[in-house]
Amino acid sequence: MTGTVLVALAVFGASAVEMVEALTIVMAVGFTRGWRSALEGSALAVLCLAVVVAALGPALIHYVPLNVLRLVVGSLLLVLGLQWLRKAVLRASGYKAKHDEDAIYGREVERLSGVSRSGSRRDATGFVISFKGVFLEGMEVVMIVLTLGLSSGQLGAAAAAAAAAVLVVGGVGVVVARQLSEVPENAMKMGVGLMLVTFGTFWGGEGAGLQWPGVDLALLGLLALYGVTTWVSVTLLTRSRRQLGAAEAA
Amino acid sequence: MRLGRWLTTFGRFWWEFIVGDTPEVALGVAVIVVAGWLIAKSAQAAAVVVVPLAIIALLLASLRRGLRAN
Repeated sequence: MTGTVLVALAVFGASAVEMVEALTIVMAVGFTRGWRSALEGSALAVLCLAVVVAALGPALIHYVPLNVLRLVVGSLLLVLGLQWLRKAVLRASGYKAKHDEDAIYGREVERLSGVSRSGSRRDATGFVISFKGVFLEGMEVVMIVLTLGLSSGQLGAAAAAAAAAVLVVGGVGVVVARQLSEVPENAMKMGVGLMLVTFGTFWGGEGAGLQWPGVDLALLGLLALYGVTTWVSVTLLTRSRRQLGAAEAA
Repeated sequence: MRLGRWLTTFGRFWWEFIVGDTPEVALGVAVIVVAGWLIAKSAQAAAVVVVPLAIIALLLASLRRGLRAN
């Protein structure tokens, strides 16, 4: 039960973060090149991603032994989670610039406004950019859905959580229009990074032959351990950044 | 020719995805998983302590590298 809830939360959070980034591109395309090409490109990309999950998921379950799957998947989750967590800590403490959706939106609009339109009703440039944006951001979601879903035996729940995130972010996008910078993306990325590192440790460890005390409850212990480490890191780095700023000003 | 280009793009995607600008993370995870497997064979209790601590050490080392880069 603990594992299922955490899997659903991790997939939902990861999908939401990636979809915010994809939505920025889709909205830039929609406002500059027209909504038809933007929405058609996005829809085709989502369809392709769903096909990848549907094709790869069952095949991996049938042909790869569970321990090997967990070892590989756990390692992948660890790499991905540590990358996300590292970036989120550096951004939260001010050592790295935050992901600015408004700036990205502005750059995309400027770039797209300069490209001439084709004569047909469907704008090819808008369609391709929208498709690429959603497909590339979505590939990371596919990886997370497959890895978390397969290792926990909850592929259906993981796919449903990802689909829910796409709907929620899409809905929010329609309501808030261009105010995507309001989304607390870094905090979400940090939370998801923590969960990915937790699951990566758990399943990678099981695949390597570790037997976690308390089985699923060990997930909560690992999450708490990594959460405290992250909090301490952000606190110390923020303090050192402020001291550095004060020293530079003096 | 087209297949070769596709394979190159595919390989580059995975390289960027797994290694990217944090090679220390990919290498560190590989080392931790192998070490965890070796330790678990002889000392199960030690392995469940060592592996999470090693991951924390890897995160801190990667943060240190990130600070230097930024």
